[in-house]
Amino acid sequence: MTIIITCFDILLAGTLLWLAWQLLRSADIFKAIIFFISFGLLMSIAWVRMHAPDVALAEAAIGAGLTGPLFLAALRRMERRQRKERRISPPEERNENG
Amino acid sequence: MTNLLYSLTGLILFIFGFFALIVCAHPLRKILGCNIMASGIFLFLVATSYRADAAAIDPVPQAMVLTGIVVSVSFTAVALILAIHVRKSVPKNPQLGERSRKDEAAS
Amino acid sequence: MKTDSRMQVQKTKMAPLIWVVLLLSTCLTGLLIWTVLKIPRPLPSLAPEVANRLAASGVDNSVTAVLLNFRGYDTMLEVMVFLLGAITIWSIGHAPFPPKIQDTSPIQTAAVRLLAPFVCIIGGYLVWQGSSHTGGAFQGGAVLSAGLVLLLISDFLGVQRVKSLPLRLGFTLGPLVFVGMALWGIIAGGSFLSFAPHQAGALLLLLEAACAVSIGLTLAAFFAGGRPLDDLREEPYSPGQDEGEG
Repeated sequence: MTIIITCFDILLAGTLLWLAWQLLRSADIFKAIIFFISFGLLMSIAWVRMHAPDVALAEAAIGAGLTGPLFLAALRRMERRQRKERRISPPEERNENG
Repeated sequence: MTNLLYSLTGLILFIFGFFALIVCAHPLRKILGCNIMASGIFLFLVATSYRADAAAIDPVPQAMVLTGIVVSVSFTAVALILAIHVRKSVPKNPQLGERSRKDEAAS
Repeated sequence: MKTDSRMQVQKTKMAPLIWVVLLLSTCLTGLLIWTVLKIPRPLPSLAPEVANRLAASGVDNSVTAVLLNFRGYDTMLEVMVFLLGAITIWSIGHAPFPPKIQDTSPIQTAAVRLLAPFVCIIGGYLVWQGSSHTGGAFQGGAVLSAGLVLLLISDFLGVQRVKSLPLRLGFTLGPLVFVGMALWGIIAGGSFLSFAPHQAGALLLLLEAACAVSIGLTLAAFFAGGRPLDDLREEPYSPGQDEGEG
């Protein structure tokens, strides 16, 4: 039983670190915000594992459920001016323009 | 030990967020880095005081983390509104635009 | 050969400054890991004292007791920080609103119409449940604010129709009740924010309810992102005012 729990712990910690890394190194900001929302939900599972259910509820509702839409609304307001593509553009297009 | 695994995860999350805050060019990514730093510190706080039996939890770090989550959403909201208004009021400098696009490509 | 040139164009060089930051981060990581490994076990903790005085605090959940009763001063200041965030966001600009909400699908409208009463019930129940099980003011307030955000994005609450005076009263309800309880503690008990043990349960529930309403409204206002259009002491909003905002 403890082997299963240890594997679960290692998997959860590894996924949290991988999500944080992908969040910071992905080229598209929209993708980064979606990674952030899923990071918040996995963090909520980590709080349950740490025997902290109050913090888990607060993180799921506030950390993932409100901060994510805040970022998405901010992204929309920032890009309305510039009309930038939010998809990943191929590298040679970017380097031709830049 | 579970304590150690989650404490080290929280520390490494803090370092990731710190790195992103310094290196990335886009303001939204900097604010995301700040949030990752905050989450890392909260995980470290609660993981350090973790005990194996569920009846003897330590309530003081959990109360601190609860307060911290709420304060972090508050500063995230203010930082996002400020970033939006800075982006709107900075005039379009072609050199600045070019460098920030290259930084976007690099980060 | 085409793919070779594409791969070469894709490889970007990192500036030397980034290498310096990477080196510093690695040193910082090593230092912090060494510090964590040196933490003395068993840790000093306040859990036994909290368990001893839990009966006198008026609630059964130890986290709620610490948050609202034993460290109530921190929570009061944190609710003030919320109010400060709302004041800052309202001072900067008007809330953006689109000329019309584009493409609200009928599924979204029907789902939000069904979910809205459940959001109220769940939020209220979480606030009530905070006394004995998991829950409390922050969790209930966050669920309420999620419901308000749903209403905002599904065109049930138009930003241009929201009045600012009820919002102002709602934002300040939590901090005012908190400060009122603190002063009542001085009048009735002799020290700031002291709750008499036989009254503490009822007082804390009142406090949690007020804070949940205030937190819900403030978080939804964070999402809306600015002050309402008919704010109290300004001239009426003219559409070209904030450089084509919206």
